Amino acid sequence: MAEALSTSTVPHGETTKRDFLALVTGASALVGLGAIAWPLIDSMNPSKDVLALGSVEVNLAPIPEGQGITVMWRGKPVFVRHRTAKEIKEAEDVQLNQLIDPQPDSDRVKPGHAQWIVLIGICTHLGCVPLGNKPTDPRGNWGGWFCPCHGSQYDTSGRVRHGPAPANLAIPPYTFLDNTKIKIG
Amino acid sequence: MVGLHKGEFQNSLVRWIDARLPVFTLMQKEYSAFPTPKNFNYFWNFGAIATVALLIMILTGIFLAMNYVPNSALAFESVQRIMRDVNYGWLIRYVHMNGASMFFIAVYIHIFRGIYYGSYKTPRELLWMLGVLILFLMMATAFMGYVLPWGQMSYWGATVITNLFSAFPLVGKAIVTWLWGGFSVDNPTLNRFFSLHYLLPFIIVAVVGLHVAALHVSGSNNPLGIDPKGPQDTVPFHPYYTIKDSVGLCVFLIVFAIFVFFAPNFFSNPDNSIPANPMMTPPEIVPEWYLLPYYAILRSVPNKLGGVLMMFGSIFILFFLPWLDTSPVRSAKFRPIFRQLVWLLVIDVLVLGEVGAHRPEGLWIIAGRVATAYYFLFFLVLLPIIGKLERPLPLPESISRPVLGPRSGGGGGPVAGGAPAKPMEKA
Repeated sequence: MAEALSTSTVPHGETTKRDFLALVTGASALVGLGAIAWPLIDSMNPSKDVLALGSVEVNLAPIPEGQGITVMWRGKPVFVRHRTAKEIKEAEDVQLNQLIDPQPDSDRVKPGHAQWIVLIGICTHLGCVPLGNKPTDPRGNWGGWFCPCHGSQYDTSGRVRHGPAPANLAIPPYTFLDNTKIKIG
Repeated sequence: MVGLHKGEFQNSLVRWIDARLPVFTLMQKEYSAFPTPKNFNYFWNFGAIATVALLIMILTGIFLAMNYVPNSALAFESVQRIMRDVNYGWLIRYVHMNGASMFFIAVYIHIFRGIYYGSYKTPRELLWMLGVLILFLMMATAFMGYVLPWGQMSYWGATVITNLFSAFPLVGKAIVTWLWGGFSVDNPTLNRFFSLHYLLPFIIVAVVGLHVAALHVSGSNNPLGIDPKGPQDTVPFHPYYTIKDSVGLCVFLIVFAIFVFFAPNFFSNPDNSIPANPMMTPPEIVPEWYLLPYYAILRSVPNKLGGVLMMFGSIFILFFLPWLDTSPVRSAKFRPIFRQLVWLLVIDVLVLGEVGAHRPEGLWIIAGRVATAYYFLFFLVLLPIIGKLERPLPLPESISRPVLGPRSGGGGGPVAGGAPAKPMEKA
């Protein structure tokens, strides 16, 4: 019966209204499937309660010079370090052409707050947490952070100085609420 | 003999795969060329509709499970989080919630179709019994799914249904404690219900596979209830019934969408928006609508064990339907008495559903008992007797005859494979 209908009066290979209808139907079905798939796929993205946990406030007053703390932001460690004048100078004086991922220190701190460096404490190589935030930790040859997983080293500005990490430690979005308080996120 | 399968496909990759794993041949044979009676009405849509409903339930369920927490302290909150915080969580949950009702509507119409047109009769007994098994698994799955949001109805529904087993003498109490994993419905109960609620749908898929496999051995029944006498009585499944099923499916999905988007809580009980409280039973315990008739039977029997047995029996009895019905004529179209009794059964089940939704007082008790009596009378007494006494109307010679009319018997309409549109003498 299928043959009986399809071998009608239309010559072989010619475009018919039926071809058009088949295409339109198929295209609509595809759009419909996409519209059904999207809510399911999007439900796996971060939910509103996860996004709502996106900011933390940190009080800087108790952090003595030369030491740092680690706070949790969006499930990740964030390093907040109170740099000494020596450390700041080292970070500022580096020639940019010596860096793997060149970036001046001034781009990595807030103006007027050069003593505070705030970094996402995740090695840009494979996601380990580098050591160096505690004074007893190894800090590597550049006085910053040292990743125990594959030996990447970062300077006092959190810039990568020794591979295999390809990039500097990321800087989270943050603002100074006043001189001793920041809001991350 | 060992050897490659011989298919006739143009595409060389398709041919290569098909020679080693003839899935394309299978699809071609079972879903494309599959000869199907040409006189289906829209009642024959509901098998396909129910299959789609099952797939929708599994798909939405998988995504709900990604955010649901099966712990008695966190379950209720996690469902609220799905509704408020998870992207499109409200949509996925409403589709799943209403999907259960839509699935049962489709399956109940499918079962009615089977009873009305005698689809359970030889050679389709096993096909029918697999269907009853699917219904039973669906009810278990739906019940356990309803417990998961851990609201008041969830909790007390779980308590009441699991306590049904306490009606059995001697072992009853031990069974209930075992079901609970404790001395009341609690966290262990919730955990195992979640596990089983995730498992059972896949078992249903497997039984649906057997159901369809059995169908493809005997072929579909049809509104006339007579076997196709040859190719002139059938059409290939594709495109004729893929298109007809698609039309029915679209209407079904529109109704489904109306509930999801405009009345998402139409089927749900407000008491389930209250977190489970083991210290207080809500004033009225009502199961979901699709379980109300069984609930009515349970409450119509003034004896604990008797009620439980009658309730389970009302489903169990369906397994024996192929042998309780003694008439060789399938379709109710040609069975004047059976037809009236079947419609009475439909009304009876609707009455039972209504009774189940009311507190057992006054007239509702009487209505429930009368309806329960008719339900069992129909299957156990009337069906076996009228099969012998009833005088069926004359059956048509073939499917083509009543469809094309006596005048066009010589070959009017389109004919499969150019076969003569004359009923063949033997086949």
